[in-house]
Amino acid sequence: MSDLNQNTLSQIANLIKTKKISSLEVTKFFIKNIEKAKKLNSFITTCFEKSLKNAKNFDSKKNYNGLLPGIPLAVKDLFCTKNIKTTAGSKILENFTPSYESSVTNNLWSEGAIILGKLNCDEFAMGSSNETSYFGNAINPIGKNLVPGGSSGGSASALAANLTPATIGTDTGGSIRQPASFTGTVGLKPTYGLCSRWGIVAFASSLDQAGPMTKNVEDCALLLEAMSGYDPKDSTSINKKKEQYSKNLNENVKGLKIGIPKEYRIDNMPKEIDNIWNKGIDILKKSGATIVDISLPHTNYALPTYYIVAPAEASSNLARYDGVKYGYRSKKGKNLIEMYENTRGEGFGREVKRRVLIGTYVLSSGYYDAYYLKAQKVRKLIKNDFDESFKKVDAILTPSTPSSAFKFGEKTNDPISMYLNDIFTVPVNLAGIPAISIPGGLDSKGYPMGLQLIAKALDEQTILNIALTMEKAINFKNSIDRWWEK
Amino acid sequence: MSIDKNQVKKVAKLSRISLDDKNLESLSNDLASILKFVEQLNKLDTNNVKPLNSIVDKSLEPRKDKVNDGKIKEEILKNSPDKNEDFFVVPKVVE
Repeated sequence: MSDLNQNTLSQIANLIKTKKISSLEVTKFFIKNIEKAKKLNSFITTCFEKSLKNAKNFDSKKNYNGLLPGIPLAVKDLFCTKNIKTTAGSKILENFTPSYESSVTNNLWSEGAIILGKLNCDEFAMGSSNETSYFGNAINPIGKNLVPGGSSGGSASALAANLTPATIGTDTGGSIRQPASFTGTVGLKPTYGLCSRWGIVAFASSLDQAGPMTKNVEDCALLLEAMSGYDPKDSTSINKKKEQYSKNLNENVKGLKIGIPKEYRIDNMPKEIDNIWNKGIDILKKSGATIVDISLPHTNYALPTYYIVAPAEASSNLARYDGVKYGYRSKKGKNLIEMYENTRGEGFGREVKRRVLIGTYVLSSGYYDAYYLKAQKVRKLIKNDFDESFKKVDAILTPSTPSSAFKFGEKTNDPISMYLNDIFTVPVNLAGIPAISIPGGLDSKGYPMGLQLIAKALDEQTILNIALTMEKAINFKNSIDRWWEK
Repeated sequence: MSIDKNQVKKVAKLSRISLDDKNLESLSNDLASILKFVEQLNKLDTNNVKPLNSIVDKSLEPRKDKVNDGKIKEEILKNSPDKNEDFFVVPKVVE
């Protein structure tokens, strides 16, 4: 069997299209990789029988019209998949098997992709290290004791270890970009409304967006094209023609104006992060772009705003887990109310409880104006900052995260220190705009650090093009020795 | 504004989440520190700012009030922890 560890999604798609390899061969290759990688705990559920059946089926039909012909893919376990267990990383959904398919995964299968399984994530996508998953930590392939980031930690882990040629995650406050940064991969959070939210287990509805996680920018454009699109089942889905991100991908950044926000130069940020940021700026200058100093004055208020808005929405969304229609039910409780309380007390993990409690508190009578309304006002100011900046620049360049991957347990005792991880990613979700994280380089420990490019709403093409240019110049190489196979 | 144990107890009741004493204690500390963190927003004057109510610049689209699925009773009941014929079963509500 050929070694596909060095191949990208786009390359494998071409190999299948030109009949150099069959979908079944590719699927068997990735299944073998997954079976050798149990130590990484990237998967919650695998469905190999189905994968092999679908691959054989594809090979017998040879339908090459799709963007993802016969490509096996694993997805974050937050996407509902018909007749395949969907847990959201929670005990409360441990045995939940949806009878419907999320629109985004449906788009992937319509383009020819084949499901490999469901990837580990923080419980209900609430976390930045994958440590809140009921199904245990997913491990960063970069090092045994390193978190893969979160909440799409299993996705990033599986991608970096080549257990899937690409994957999809969801990003509410950085959950695609931060794990991409921690694992030396590419992750894009699309404009709010570009990808349907229908069939995704809801966390914070005004912030949640699904997006691609890939080995390089070319793959990212391809996968974004495959998964995006208008969906009448999602009332916030944007009704517009599908973009051809792959076809329009190019390296021409000449004349583009790139903003560098001074507020992202925070205290105590490792010098190495500053260095890769400056390196990124130099690359853009050399490529003919103009660097513009800009200000996003309310950046510091983004995290506090997020930690009101997101828990408020979560507390409402998670009200549905009552042990009646689906999911876990406690055996304890004399009456209906006690059954609800025990079900939720036993079924939710600590971080989820924290957020539901905070959310309930900030929405409760007497506190609503002081917290929730205040946060919605500040959210407006944060959005205005970006709107003003995009009158002057085409894109904004920042680091993706304030540090490289940290160790398990390093931040679990202090929720605020964990939240601070998302300081550079959260403002983008609050403003509903797109951003991509690409590998910027390695730090002295050999851990990857990401760079983030931000654009105005629906301008994914611009940051994909800039990212492609930077990717070529940076020429990033991950140092992964596949230790888990030894 | 800070939050004490009694308030957390009340919020837990509103959230329908049972908490034992040990969890109540430690979650109260977590919640107090999170609230202290988010109260940084009070430094900002927002008197003349309109709250952001929707991130997408569009109003909700009307659609025909038409049934487009149905006859999926079994699928709906399939994941229930306790059911009886066509019903979800819950602990007794009326004494």
